[in-house]
Amino acid sequence: MPAPIADRIAAEVKDNPVMLYMKGTPDQPMCGFSATVVQVLKSMNVPFKGTNVLDDPELRQGIKDFSNWPTIPQLYIKGEFIGGCDIVREMHASGELKKLLQDKKILNVA
Amino acid sequence: MQALSVAARIREKITAAFSPCTIQLEDQSPKHAGHAGAKPGGETHFHLEIVSPAFAGLSRVERQRRVHAALKDELEGPVHALSLSLKMPEEAA
Repeated sequence: MPAPIADRIAAEVKDNPVMLYMKGTPDQPMCGFSATVVQVLKSMNVPFKGTNVLDDPELRQGIKDFSNWPTIPQLYIKGEFIGGCDIVREMHASGELKKLLQDKKILNVA
Repeated sequence: MQALSVAARIREKITAAFSPCTIQLEDQSPKHAGHAGAKPGGETHFHLEIVSPAFAGLSRVERQRRVHAALKDELEGPVHALSLSLKMPEEAA
């Protein structure tokens, strides 16, 4: 029997320093909000894993329950829930996202 | 009595929950026509900007969670997408 969905998510956000739950894939986002977050991460050359929730109805609901967040995309950095498209966009514009990624040793300090 | 539009309900609930200084709500549904979740009548994709002192001391995630909670019925119902800009008065200046 597969692990309950919350255990799967907990393991995935632990194993992947930058983990994005999205609609579609990083190369083919299926939603504008997911595409925006992918674009931000790619523009910063951040390695990340993107999991397509559309492939898995259990995950699509499970990630909403896990994060207490009703929408997709959802970004995790080092296991910490960062937010969705609005928050990623604001943090990118203000430079906070870059600083966070540097503080977490995911990006090198330029 | 005619049922309130989704937009009117959103405004009413946000006003009650956050006593905002300003609230701007834009129905962006026409921009998403044909996308997943779009419906012919619109009122599925919204952008909402709130300026309220009620956000003091709250992280970005907490602010959005409060708004999601206030609009739970809408998000579980007719609203497919809601983008948010949530600021305190001093941040909006």
